[in-house]
Amino acid sequence: MTVGALGVLTDLAETGRTSTGEEVLFWCLAPVMVLAALGLVFARRAVYAAMSVVVVMVSLAVLYVAQEAPFLGVVQVIVYTGAVMMLFLFVLMLVGVDASDSFVDALRGQRWLAALIGIGLGAVLVGVVLRAGDMVPIGMAQANARGNPEGVADVLFSDFVFTLEVVGILLITAAVGAIVLTHRQRLTRRISQRELADARVASAGRLTPLPAPGVYARSNAMDVAALGADGRPLEQSVPRVLRVRGQERSVDEVHAQMPPGVGTGSTPPERAITGEEQVR
Amino acid sequence: MNPANYVVLAAILFTIGATTVLVRRNAIIVFMGIELMLNAANLAFVTFARMHGDLSGQVVAFFVMVVAAAEVVVGLAIIVAIFRTRRSASVDDVNLLRS
Repeated sequence: MTVGALGVLTDLAETGRTSTGEEVLFWCLAPVMVLAALGLVFARRAVYAAMSVVVVMVSLAVLYVAQEAPFLGVVQVIVYTGAVMMLFLFVLMLVGVDASDSFVDALRGQRWLAALIGIGLGAVLVGVVLRAGDMVPIGMAQANARGNPEGVADVLFSDFVFTLEVVGILLITAAVGAIVLTHRQRLTRRISQRELADARVASAGRLTPLPAPGVYARSNAMDVAALGADGRPLEQSVPRVLRVRGQERSVDEVHAQMPPGVGTGSTPPERAITGEEQVR
Repeated sequence: MNPANYVVLAAILFTIGATTVLVRRNAIIVFMGIELMLNAANLAFVTFARMHGDLSGQVVAFFVMVVAAAEVVVGLAIIVAIFRTRRSASVDDVNLLRS
């Protein structure tokens, strides 16, 4: 997408002033970006928040290209959406998708106070920018004369060469730090399989494997609970992740979705199975 | 169009990122809020580079990206390490130092 947009957008971005095409692009992208960013604040599930951040970052890459910074636009896509956000998704999957946010305030009223501070910060920042008055861009035509990546490289390897080396040291330190932090040293003795089995028997919990889900009449889907010998749905037969996400279906829902006459053998229950029935 | 619009957009994104850091409890989402703030700063840098016709702004934005990548690597490693010991990714649960 970026490669295709690159040529068009650089044509759009006339040097020195913003063209109509760029204005249209900005007003199309800016609301999308703000809405996606708000998704970060309000999304219940962390994966949705991550995807909305991806939307913001890709849009930012397009805006960079429109602002005569094609090198940064490409780097934005590769580094941010390609590497950083994928790292976020990896950790989200590692930590568990069900690690949902608690909406209980540790400090009373902290959430409202934080929202108020946020709105205040936004008002101050936007106010300052708007008071700065009309800004006339000089444009990058002269700086980008030999091409944008070449221009960036010239500045990077002349004026900022010391910073570049420091940043290289920082990157190596970060990589080593991440390895050290995620390295797990065994603090306790390894528990043998025998001890595990003994502990399981001693705990008087469930010794057999969990029942398989959905082995019921017409549906063998993963999200339908199996029925036990007493006719009650067995909650623990549905995989834990589906239960945590609230994606399991009850037996009644499956029957409601069945068109009449489909399948042979069993008949739908005459009354709803709720799990409240008396055990026969 | 006044290019100040880009700076206004950057300010709005920065604000939303800061609000995320203050409001959310999940450490990973808090981190994404920090990333959003860094990105907003980058947008402002690129806009200023264009206003002044100087590539230094773009180079600084480039450095911000590199530092952000390093920060994410270490931060996520810390989150994983905490999750391993505490089984939680909530910033409220990390109160070991509370007497």
